[in-house]
Amino acid sequence: MTVQARAPAATREMFYAEALGDALRQEMRRDPNVIVFGEDIAEHGGAFQVTAGLLKEFGKERIRNTPISENGIVGMAVGAALTGLRPVVELMYVDFMGLAMDQVVNQAAQNRFMFGGQARVPLVLRTQGGSGRGNAAQHSKSLEAWVAHVAGLKVVMPSTPADAKGLLAAAIRDDNPVIFIEHKLLYRTKGEVPTAEHVVPLGVADVKRAGKDLTIVSWSREAVFAVEAAAKLAEQGIDAEVIDVRTLVPLDREAILRSVRKSHRLLVVHEAIKRGGYGAEIAAMVAEEAFDDLDAPPKRLAGLETPIPYAQHLEKSVVPQVDDIVRAAKELAG
Amino acid sequence: MSIDRDTALELYRVMRTIRVFEQRAEQLFGENKIWGTIHNYSGQEAVAAGVSAHLRDDDWITSTHRGHGHCIAKRADLGKMFAELLGKETGYCRGRGGSMHIADTSKGNLGANGIVGGGIPIAVGAALSAKQAKSDRVAVSYFGDGGANQGAFHEALNLAAIWRLPVIFVCENNQYAETNPVKDAFAVDDIAVRAAGYGMPGVRVNGQDVRETYRSAGEAIARARRGEGPTLLVMETYRYGGHYFGDPQVYRTKDEIEAWRTKRDPLLLAREWIVGERLASEADLDRIDAGVDAAIEEGVRFAERSALATPLELPDEVYAPGEASR
Repeated sequence: MTVQARAPAATREMFYAEALGDALRQEMRRDPNVIVFGEDIAEHGGAFQVTAGLLKEFGKERIRNTPISENGIVGMAVGAALTGLRPVVELMYVDFMGLAMDQVVNQAAQNRFMFGGQARVPLVLRTQGGSGRGNAAQHSKSLEAWVAHVAGLKVVMPSTPADAKGLLAAAIRDDNPVIFIEHKLLYRTKGEVPTAEHVVPLGVADVKRAGKDLTIVSWSREAVFAVEAAAKLAEQGIDAEVIDVRTLVPLDREAILRSVRKSHRLLVVHEAIKRGGYGAEIAAMVAEEAFDDLDAPPKRLAGLETPIPYAQHLEKSVVPQVDDIVRAAKELAG
Repeated sequence: MSIDRDTALELYRVMRTIRVFEQRAEQLFGENKIWGTIHNYSGQEAVAAGVSAHLRDDDWITSTHRGHGHCIAKRADLGKMFAELLGKETGYCRGRGGSMHIADTSKGNLGANGIVGGGIPIAVGAALSAKQAKSDRVAVSYFGDGGANQGAFHEALNLAAIWRLPVIFVCENNQYAETNPVKDAFAVDDIAVRAAGYGMPGVRVNGQDVRETYRSAGEAIARARRGEGPTLLVMETYRYGGHYFGDPQVYRTKDEIEAWRTKRDPLLLAREWIVGERLASEADLDRIDAGVDAAIEEGVRFAERSALATPLELPDEVYAPGEASR
């Protein structure tokens, strides 16, 4: 496995969506068993244009448009994965996961274990979540806690274009079912991305900003917000470290603990509803493992307990914004 | 399609093996040697035997919670099956899965399934693998009348039909979905008519006559191997036992069960056919029965002598370690 280079030789500025497409192209060229299917992904290039151009290069046998049958296509991916293919399925919105949940939870996640190790299920379920586009309650949720709770699944949530490419490549090469959750508002963000083969191992967090006064742990779009908040905090004399976990399962516990042992303060930020959210897992883990290192109780900043509302000002009011992170960090470290 | 002597005797032997396996499993259950629940396949033997007779080891099946018969017909090892029921390390799933999750990937058995209808789209995925590889392998999905009422059935049949995938959908209509009779769960008498809605052939089959199950499956499987797409076979059959071992069965009468057992038993019908057409004598069939009994007892002895399942090794049993072993 090629580990992410410290100083990549060649990079190009890409959109997050483009970087994901680059990973698919890279892996499909590398392994003929990788096939992609989902709704509107062929000629149309996917609802968010991640698969644009792939049909032309790889043909309709490997880039397959499906009917709107989420449970069927995920189940088909399970069967394909059990029998030698490495399917990458696009589920247009994470909110549609409920339609496919039996195949995700009862089949894909458990086959290896239930069969006493006889099976491998190398499938990637690419989907996207999050609010911020006026898509309202059935197209805006953050459901990572659902899948992170299931033994047998890996859960990946990249925040930058480079991570999107490298983590998707690693997910495709992984022999386990991986739920790969993109964020709808990150598709049009730009960043430098290695143009050559690029693989970011699952289970390795990334320090997006080094600091000493408090540790902000986050992922997906809120990790981007956390970096912005850290810049504002720096102007106010607070030096925050931002850790982007990148994969929720497996979780890089050591990276979090190392940072907390240095900063003595933990703020976990995520867009998903706070109650039962994955932030609780991280806060509890730190409390169990590093209680004596903490100078203050772990703090969570997360979505309100509500479906995502439609109107723009209401939508923003229910998930943490940059200034909310600044405020929470100051309460903790000020 | 005429059936030769060897095939006829093999069909009979498989059916007899399934019948005796289930009797022996219930006995072990009664002796408190089986920890979880089991679902008895008795009465439906002609279906699994007739279908799997056409399958190679590199063809795939997906099975159901009532999966022992499918597993045996796909040439599973009886000792490993009994060992799994007894929670032993030598079981197919090393005691991790039990009756409802027995799989034998070396023989293309992608697993029993505790979720009604759960295996149907999985079989479609296996058929997609066959098609991508340009092979003539096929996948068979067994499910019941209950499974035919799940959304997964609809989505899977449509996907298989639009892509002409080599999959055979074998609906075993054993007249009851758990405790719910088919007349209360379908507004049509013949489930096979649903196939027309997907643009594939649908065939209603007498699932108690192994000649019929064998012939209909042979045609459907040959069609799939030729690249002509999926078929829905609806096998009309009957479940002798309750839904689960100990089911009080308030939803049906003893007379009904007795009528199926005496007039439409697949093993009795097969004996009549084989002896009637002079393919073999009663004595020949009795010798097969004795061989089956011995194989079953050997399987039970293997399972009983085996060590208990070893403690879990986490996380490697749940997550395949490392990068793809390619």
